[in-house]
Amino acid sequence: MSFAEQMIPPRSPPPAVASGWSAAKTTGTIAMAFWLIVGVGLIYFLFRAWDPAKVARYGPKYLSGLGVTLTLVSISIVLGALVSIPVVAGRMSRNPLSSGIAYGYVYFFRGTPLIAQLFLFYYGLGEFRHQLEAVGLWGFFREPWNCAILAFTLNTAAYQAEILRGAIQSVPRGQFEGGQALGLNRVQIYRKIVLPQAMIVALRPYGNEIILMIKGSAVVAIITVLDLTGETRRAYSRTFDFQTYIWAAIFYLLIVEVLRNVWNWLERRLTRHLKR
Amino acid sequence: MNRTLTLLSFGPNGWMDQIMYGFLVTASLALATLPFGLFIGFLLALAKQSEVKQLRLAAEIYTTIFRGLPELLTLFLVYFGLQIGFRQTLLFFGVEGGIEINKFLAGMMALGVVFSAYSSEVLLSAFKAIPVGQYEGAYALGLGKTRTMTKVILPQLVRIALPGLGNLWMILLKDTALVSVIGLSDILRQAGIAARVSKEAFLFFGIACLLYLLLAIISSIFISAIERRVRRSEVRV
Repeated sequence: MSFAEQMIPPRSPPPAVASGWSAAKTTGTIAMAFWLIVGVGLIYFLFRAWDPAKVARYGPKYLSGLGVTLTLVSISIVLGALVSIPVVAGRMSRNPLSSGIAYGYVYFFRGTPLIAQLFLFYYGLGEFRHQLEAVGLWGFFREPWNCAILAFTLNTAAYQAEILRGAIQSVPRGQFEGGQALGLNRVQIYRKIVLPQAMIVALRPYGNEIILMIKGSAVVAIITVLDLTGETRRAYSRTFDFQTYIWAAIFYLLIVEVLRNVWNWLERRLTRHLKR
Repeated sequence: MNRTLTLLSFGPNGWMDQIMYGFLVTASLALATLPFGLFIGFLLALAKQSEVKQLRLAAEIYTTIFRGLPELLTLFLVYFGLQIGFRQTLLFFGVEGGIEINKFLAGMMALGVVFSAYSSEVLLSAFKAIPVGQYEGAYALGLGKTRTMTKVILPQLVRIALPGLGNLWMILLKDTALVSVIGLSDILRQAGIAARVSKEAFLFFGIACLLYLLLAIISSIFISAIERRVRRSEVRV
């Protein structure tokens, strides 16, 4: 029988792996240098192209365009949330007719480009001018702004319906059954038990949907609504100055980043009770 | 009714051949963008999980920019920016006059950078879903880094990332409609021309929407076929 007669003598640790100048580090440094050059170049470009006359002329227009974009998106998101409720009810109903109609609606609006839907409403409905005049709705559909609101609302309603449905279905069945066992009616079960839990699940997708709408709303510029992109296109067509597009990009990035951070904060705040 | 059928026929009085040409342009633009975007997205995902701080930061900046910009604006930035850039470069060398940038190429680049920014996130979360033991097992078997990636990690990565990438493909298909704005003859632009000439806007934009739906249906058939195929190797419990 063999056994150790003495402890293994202490040894010095293995030599540290030489953290040399690896290929990854080279690539990373080159990439960062590239971004640095782009950033400095942009600032230099904007600094050199700074023209008080242009700023005085187009600055307020950009701000009004920003306002138009934000108004358009907020109205569509709120109206879309309202429209999405009957769609979710249809999607989740056992009646094949209503669930079929809701499914077709969602499939159409999620499967086709927003810009095509916008054209369908703006140019397509213009063709039914006489019929629309007969029912007194022509004044409404003549305005590109109204058509944009209509198309965006229907589009975001389809996406929001899917978000809401997924969130409601993520709440376990036992929660419904528990509510029923307590003698609550359907409305009470939804309001007090299911929706508060579903909304936490839906929070992040809703935030993503708002960001997608802000970005998607740029297409209204094509049907002559003067949102941020619309004002940019107009300013570019008058000045042929590329900084107009750079400024629009900066504005959009700012909105999206602010919204993303607000949403992260909101999510942390609303899920405090779930942290362990 | 007869007039509608004539308008929708193939031939000199109908618009269907032009619209089908647009259909091909849309499909080929999306198909051309996919490998380009996926490749950059894959590199970005690798960069984001690298130990080197500069690499991670550079990839994050890329993603933040191209996920935050509207796709339409990215397209304008690429299309006009490249044109102006080329003109300035030529001027620098003392040559007057600009070049017309190929619209297909500009569309492909703009859609590709957006696609790569989104796909890098999908691939990154798929990478994170693969246990470290898979790498360790492969190294223990004596496989090198490249072989570990191609033989062990990638097959699992495809399986995990496929649903997310499928969604991104659907988004890409819809985003191709934006290139009609810079004048590439895709479905939407051809339908728009037909609508303007024939004064049947509702009909033609409706047809355009149906064609996009058709593309979505064809893709979902393909995606579920690929999904079945990669699932063959999954362990059934």
